Amino acid sequence: MRLPKMVTAAAVAALALSSAACSSSSNEPAKAPGSAALQGQTLTVAAVWSKTEQQNFEAVLTEFEKRTGATVQYESLGDELPTVIKTRVAGGQAPNVAMIAQPGLIAEFARAGNLKPLAANVESIITDQFSAGAKSIGQVDGKTYGVLFKAANKSSVWYNAADVATTPKSWDEFISELKKQSDSGKTPLSVAGEPGWALTDWFENIYLQTAGPEMYDKLAKHEIPWTDPSVTKAFEELAKVFGQSSFFPGGNAGAVATDFPTSVTNVFGTNPKASLTFEGDFVSAEITKAGAFTVGDTARYFAFPQLAGKSAVVTGGDIAVAFKDDAATTALMEFLASSDAASVWAKAGGLLSLNKKVANDVYPDATTRQLAKELVDAGDNVRYDLSDLTPSAFGGTKGAGFWKAMQDFLANPANVAAVQQSLETSAAAAYKK
Amino acid sequence: MGVPRGADAGSPTPDEGRRTGVLSGGSPRLALVFLLPALALLLLFLIYPIFSSAIRSTYDAAGDRFVGLDNYVQAFTDPQTLLSLRNTAIWVIVAPAVVTTVGLLFAVLTERIRWATAFRLVVFMPIAISLFASGIIFRLVYDQEPERGLANAITVSVHDAFSSPSLYPGARPRDPATLTPDPSGALVTGRTFGANDVAPLAITGLAPDKLPEGAVQAVQPEPGPGLRGLVWLDVGGGTERVIDPGERGMPGVVLQVLRDNATVATMTTGNDGRYVVPDLPPGDYKIRLAENNFTAPFRGINWFTGTLVTPVIISAWIWIMAGFAMTFIAAGLAAIPRDALEAARVDGATEWQVFRRVTVPLLSPVLLVVFVTLVITVLKIFDLVLVMAPGSVLPEANVLALQMWQVSFGGNDPGLGSALGILLFLLVLPAMIFNIRRFRGDQ
Repeated sequence: MRLPKMVTAAAVAALALSSAACSSSSNEPAKAPGSAALQGQTLTVAAVWSKTEQQNFEAVLTEFEKRTGATVQYESLGDELPTVIKTRVAGGQAPNVAMIAQPGLIAEFARAGNLKPLAANVESIITDQFSAGAKSIGQVDGKTYGVLFKAANKSSVWYNAADVATTPKSWDEFISELKKQSDSGKTPLSVAGEPGWALTDWFENIYLQTAGPEMYDKLAKHEIPWTDPSVTKAFEELAKVFGQSSFFPGGNAGAVATDFPTSVTNVFGTNPKASLTFEGDFVSAEITKAGAFTVGDTARYFAFPQLAGKSAVVTGGDIAVAFKDDAATTALMEFLASSDAASVWAKAGGLLSLNKKVANDVYPDATTRQLAKELVDAGDNVRYDLSDLTPSAFGGTKGAGFWKAMQDFLANPANVAAVQQSLETSAAAAYKK
Repeated sequence: MGVPRGADAGSPTPDEGRRTGVLSGGSPRLALVFLLPALALLLLFLIYPIFSSAIRSTYDAAGDRFVGLDNYVQAFTDPQTLLSLRNTAIWVIVAPAVVTTVGLLFAVLTERIRWATAFRLVVFMPIAISLFASGIIFRLVYDQEPERGLANAITVSVHDAFSSPSLYPGARPRDPATLTPDPSGALVTGRTFGANDVAPLAITGLAPDKLPEGAVQAVQPEPGPGLRGLVWLDVGGGTERVIDPGERGMPGVVLQVLRDNATVATMTTGNDGRYVVPDLPPGDYKIRLAENNFTAPFRGINWFTGTLVTPVIISAWIWIMAGFAMTFIAAGLAAIPRDALEAARVDGATEWQVFRRVTVPLLSPVLLVVFVTLVITVLKIFDLVLVMAPGSVLPEANVLALQMWQVSFGGNDPGLGSALGILLFLLVLPAMIFNIRRFRGDQ
């Protein structure tokens, strides 16, 4: 109901402005997403999306073009986006807006002065429509540079509906469900241990709950060491699951060798070996790809079990940032922060938004609605994936740092102290640079 | 600096040939015009990057502070880089030698068979597949799951041919305290029992449908003469540690009665899981469930462990490159004067002697070029390791070229990355110079 009204209002404003002022101002900041004053201006937006995602995002951009008259060129840079953007920035050819999924890179650009802080009107939209936790994702040193446009819910446990009768709410219930299944000779839990990032998500969910968001932020900035007792506690909780080799198909060694697609097909393939697997909302895409189960019916999910009696969600995703601060770029950022932009894509499926004003019923199905609701409901307890907040030498390199330490932990969950020590050593080296 | 030498040596060669050889009358200026595009490309894509990397390697990660040779010091002190250097050394020592030997064998042997061309074509084919794709193929070959991995499918079938799988693989005691595994893997009761006691033992960790057909409802043994007991599957019923209706005994479990750690009797459970050990003298007994009741099925070898991963990746590379070596060596073989071989045979040399004393020495220039070319390829090995080594063992499998890339782009330290690049360049250089000398010598 809100949506059409805003659209009409925007259209009226556009008409009024275009008749009154024509297309004259290029240096004045845009009033609202609705001034046709941007007629003739061309913007470039870079993101990783291709295929369906590209189509959906282009629909968002078309809506912006319709409202403002500006022309937006979308560039799909694929997974090498960080490298390409870095090169572009170094060569003075930065796009107007980029969708970057590496907060570390955003901080780097912001501190080097490449990014422009968001205009006051854009920031006020974010303050109004996002939780403080969600807003902080786009901030560097207290200044707002971006907004999480396409969010992921990385706190979901997916299960075979035929195997799990009652969904566990708490961590203890989760463990006893796994024990029950393991006692009857099943290997209930499929863990993706081969990509280190999937294991870091286990730790992050537990740590965010047991230590709380403030400690989470401190750990991300390395203001507390990895040898901190709060980290020990999280690892000990995780060891309650990782320490039970009978939980995993192939035991712990099997889990360390399981890649992400296999971890999903272990549960939702044609020949299931396990009943549950944990990862983000993107598991549903893998389930659909495997084809043997239907998301929402035979394949369902529950929120990551609670350890401290309250829900918290680890998120991730693409943050919109601006490399320019002209009127057109500001207008585009304002639009991307708004619920209107998110709703366009959310309706088509594949996008979750942290914007509180995005009506829950725009999402196409019950599972997506639930995932989105949990993200928004987590309020200030929502945090960006910790491994992405750390320097990539520590949190994003195959076979090193955080990823490697988590794999060592999965291989030998008894040795918490050694894992913490190795984490601290590699973190200290990575933060020094 | 060896930099310009290596690059110069390539381009003036035709020039020199012209000066010393027959002059075709073209003007040197015209020659320069023709050479210019190539020179420009060389400058842009070879000379400039080399110098730019060399300079970059003396700056810190951000690129704004001159650090001298610090990055090189770090390269030789960082344990991860040292590990990569060690692995690169293993590659250089093992891989080219093995591939040249295998190639030589194939070349010599295919000379004598009928469908030589067809055979060589098959051996040569892997070269047509990119290293990346080959890496994925071999990742599958060495997959842990015997249903997917060819290597483990073979090891598992060989293993199972010699030892049969156990009756109840993976089953475990309900209470780890009452039944504890001993060093051999067998389960031994924690407490002792008298000669006429009742000892029910609860087992879990097995799907009820995995029980043999004959298994029937478990029954609590009545007290009576003899040590009596029960081994049952405590799964599927309502309460743990209680014999619920529907819970069946585990037939065929071999158990030993121990007294002071010596076996005094051996028993096998019946269809309802019960057993009776009669006529025991009074005393304290423990019960031991033999390890072969529960041994988990053999799952094959985990190929991607710290020690095996590099040999495994090298084996894939041998598969890919053997055809390359064979082709070159076979070409060299065809050029060997037949009369030398015939003369040796007439003089009464055995085939082995002909091979050792005539063929190999005559082939040695070709073998050397093949070997050196392979050394250069091996020093640059990158994609195969990246694709094949799982993340958890990547540090153990890492090589210099991959480390360089990881440090520069993942680790965000182009300074150290450039230093590693220059290091790699210096290592390749001797082999390059050697090869160039050879080519010039041939001319």
